[in-house]
Amino acid sequence: MAGKLDNPSLFEFLLRMGDNTLILGHRVSEWCGHAPVLEEDIALANTALDLIGQTQMWLGLAGEVEGKGRSADDLAFLRDAWDFRNALMLELPNGDFGQTLMRQFLFDAWQVVMLGRLMQSTDARVAAIAAKASKEAAYHVERSGHTVVGLGDGTEESHRRMQEALDYLYPYVGELFVSDAIDTAVAEAGIAPKLETLREEYDALVGRVLSAATLSIPGGSYVHQGGRDGRMHTEHLGHLLSSMQWLQRAYPGCEW
Amino acid sequence: MKNEWPLWEVFIRGQHGLSHRHVGSLHAPDAETAIRNARDVYTRRNEGVSIWVVEARHIAATAPGEKGPLFEPSESKVYRHPTFYDIPDEVGHM
Repeated sequence: MAGKLDNPSLFEFLLRMGDNTLILGHRVSEWCGHAPVLEEDIALANTALDLIGQTQMWLGLAGEVEGKGRSADDLAFLRDAWDFRNALMLELPNGDFGQTLMRQFLFDAWQVVMLGRLMQSTDARVAAIAAKASKEAAYHVERSGHTVVGLGDGTEESHRRMQEALDYLYPYVGELFVSDAIDTAVAEAGIAPKLETLREEYDALVGRVLSAATLSIPGGSYVHQGGRDGRMHTEHLGHLLSSMQWLQRAYPGCEW
Repeated sequence: MKNEWPLWEVFIRGQHGLSHRHVGSLHAPDAETAIRNARDVYTRRNEGVSIWVVEARHIAATAPGEKGPLFEPSESKVYRHPTFYDIPDEVGHM
């Protein structure tokens, strides 16, 4: 039987999962009405809604575990930037369509591997959320991966833009695989895998798609981090939150 | 260079045992993407268990101008409808 975990660590882990999907879901929703073609517009909105749905489950459970009566909505709309625990890559502005889809793919691939492992979690609630989310993630990675290949191995311009997107985003990927004390405690309790152990499967999946897309992973070992442990966020998170949380800040408790 | 993706017609089977029905059309660069787009555009509210797509140019259709010779002759042939039989109550709904 796995070791025992204190609630604050589990709470923190759940925030990391839920904030990832919340912040990316919000970013993706910014495309609504602006995507290059109608079909992609609807597909992106569907993806955003899937991610927000996953957020409700992760943050809902986080509130329960915390035991202070906070709901998923409270956690999403009433925390400030320093309390968010999403990976930095997910709060970056969308850039062009190619950059948005490149980020989506780099995250989807991580989600698929991570959720697959979380389905074996010793915590039945975590396993249940992972089982539901993994079906969505499997579709997301198929769609984003296919688009990355189409654009990477497309025209000269689309190839250039996708390579630029990859060069820009790749240094943010490493954060998803760095364990701190919280991740280690959660892994030792059997609730989640050790993040480092996801890397091999992730690299194989990402490598396969990027090579079909004729794109090359940039060299260099620098990793932007600080989002998952809340040490630092980019300047972009505050702007995102001011737009996402505006209504609840201006009209506290407003419902519809 | 042609920038417009081809048009695809989308057919969805609502549940097992029913036929696929035409639900609309969309644009996509290839069949695989057309199916994914159809999934995202036309099955968001749990409408389907199976999707067919076919590029619109592959569908042969009757011309609106031929409506008269093609369809009007059957209008006057009521005897082709099985409405002259008494159906026994035990048969139930048909």
